[in-house]
Amino acid sequence: MSDAIRPLIVGAGPAGIRAAQVLVNLGIRPVVIDEAPSGGGQIYRQRLVPDERSAKDLYGSEAAKATNLHETFAGIRDRIDYLPETLVWNLRDKAADAVTGHRTRRIAFSHLILATGATDRVLPFPGWTLPGVFTLGGSQVALKSQGCAIGEEVVFLGSGPLLYLVAWQYVKAGASVVAVLDTAPFSAKLQLIRGLFAQPSVVFRGFRYAAELMARGVAVRFGVQPLRIDGTARVEGVVWRERGKEHRLACDAVGYGFSLRSETQLADLAGCRFIFDERDRAWRPERDGAGRTSMPGVYIAGDGAGIAGADAAELSGERAGLALLEDAGMSVYHARIGVLERKLACISKFRDVLESAFPFPAVWANGIADDVTLCRCEEIAVGDVRAAVRDQGVFELNRLKALTRVGMGRCQGRMCESAAVEVLAAACDRSPDAVGRLRAQPPIKPIPLEVAAEGEAA
Amino acid sequence: MALLKRLARHELPLVSFTLNGETCSGRAGDTVLTAILTQSDRLRLSDFSGNPRAGFCQMGACQDCWVLTSDGGRIRACSTVLEPGMNLRTITEPRS
Repeated sequence: MSDAIRPLIVGAGPAGIRAAQVLVNLGIRPVVIDEAPSGGGQIYRQRLVPDERSAKDLYGSEAAKATNLHETFAGIRDRIDYLPETLVWNLRDKAADAVTGHRTRRIAFSHLILATGATDRVLPFPGWTLPGVFTLGGSQVALKSQGCAIGEEVVFLGSGPLLYLVAWQYVKAGASVVAVLDTAPFSAKLQLIRGLFAQPSVVFRGFRYAAELMARGVAVRFGVQPLRIDGTARVEGVVWRERGKEHRLACDAVGYGFSLRSETQLADLAGCRFIFDERDRAWRPERDGAGRTSMPGVYIAGDGAGIAGADAAELSGERAGLALLEDAGMSVYHARIGVLERKLACISKFRDVLESAFPFPAVWANGIADDVTLCRCEEIAVGDVRAAVRDQGVFELNRLKALTRVGMGRCQGRMCESAAVEVLAAACDRSPDAVGRLRAQPPIKPIPLEVAAEGEAA
Repeated sequence: MALLKRLARHELPLVSFTLNGETCSGRAGDTVLTAILTQSDRLRLSDFSGNPRAGFCQMGACQDCWVLTSDGGRIRACSTVLEPGMNLRTITEPRS
């Protein structure tokens, strides 16, 4: 029977690897496709070649989890068909178009598990396109994978648990961190006390990071409103408002972000139904507690359908793998399913707490000036969106894209969609859910032209 | 002047490459982005305003780190591994 089951897993982070492991354990051989050269995803990203740093140096308190995940993946390597450095750029007729270098191929599948993860949610402000400004996730990649700090004097800015984690990792690695500028007020952090019951170790770790940063002389500020990043050719300083007063610090790099956003393009191409997630302030694919989407045989695990973090990704990867096996008529261990779903529900409750401790700066859209670049690919300004609303009566995101090119550039809205939704919604006086979401278009990332032609011919 | 600062991996073998006609070196395990930004502070000029850019997300999503190869190809610097003898050019002319 298992010959007829040929699952495709997209993404080899914590969710994809755990899903693959479950399938392999029951004798099923999945295809696992991942853009990175080695497994682990962004959170447990591996170096390209070994260096002097230990797992503890790289992954801190999560070293054991990272090592276990990497070892699991190495252990199942000969029982999966693994395509690293490969991009799934289209889905159609139960097959994926995948490109490795300049070679494309179609991969048919019986079932699909999407474990596509997330990227930083960013909001534009003056100076955000300057060299030396990176996302928080990008700052972390530079350190973990490349052993580099993003600058000599670094400021971290924004909101979300990653803000403190990355700053702390930088300090531990010997980088000079000038300040951590949190857009949430200090009072929001008191919400974390509610989280002590659900995930005490996570909460204590967060407080420890903040305390250690302060002890090492890093300025930690709350209730910050970012005003601009100074510089002409590169970052020279950051300016913000705090309790009515303007402040400036010299620095040569800024890492920033406001939590994460799901990578949902493939789910869209697979035909999955989307729902609006109030917590993430974004449309995301609908899934049940097991990872099943509205499309039979299509599952989503990890952050690709709502942000829940790495631990949840491992659990939901395993759960989605088991759901696939159940749906294929195989018998699975039901007690384990109960455990997984209970743990996932517990993490989800904790995410509510985190969201209130690191709230999205909802006032951002009204405060941002017309001349700030909104779409960094096509260089469209915030004011162009407002003008489209005012002059052309636009109130929907894809219409906005057609008229202004916001979201039409090479990143396909990954870096600007969250902000475009906020500006559009504020300008036409609607709620963010009412302005829609960008429709995914193949290829979901740029591919060489000859590859696309070959794919069409196939 | 460099944008990125190396904190580790100082002992890895040198990998020699060419950047805008000049011989440079990175370290084994570098991405093209790391190799360039540890000696320079930009990767390209933006397509319309011609302002300098130096990548952003470092995970293959933002598409802001494209550089040119000697054969006219375009590569995404953050997700391309540095190889010995690579002949790279940063984009110094805006598109329009």
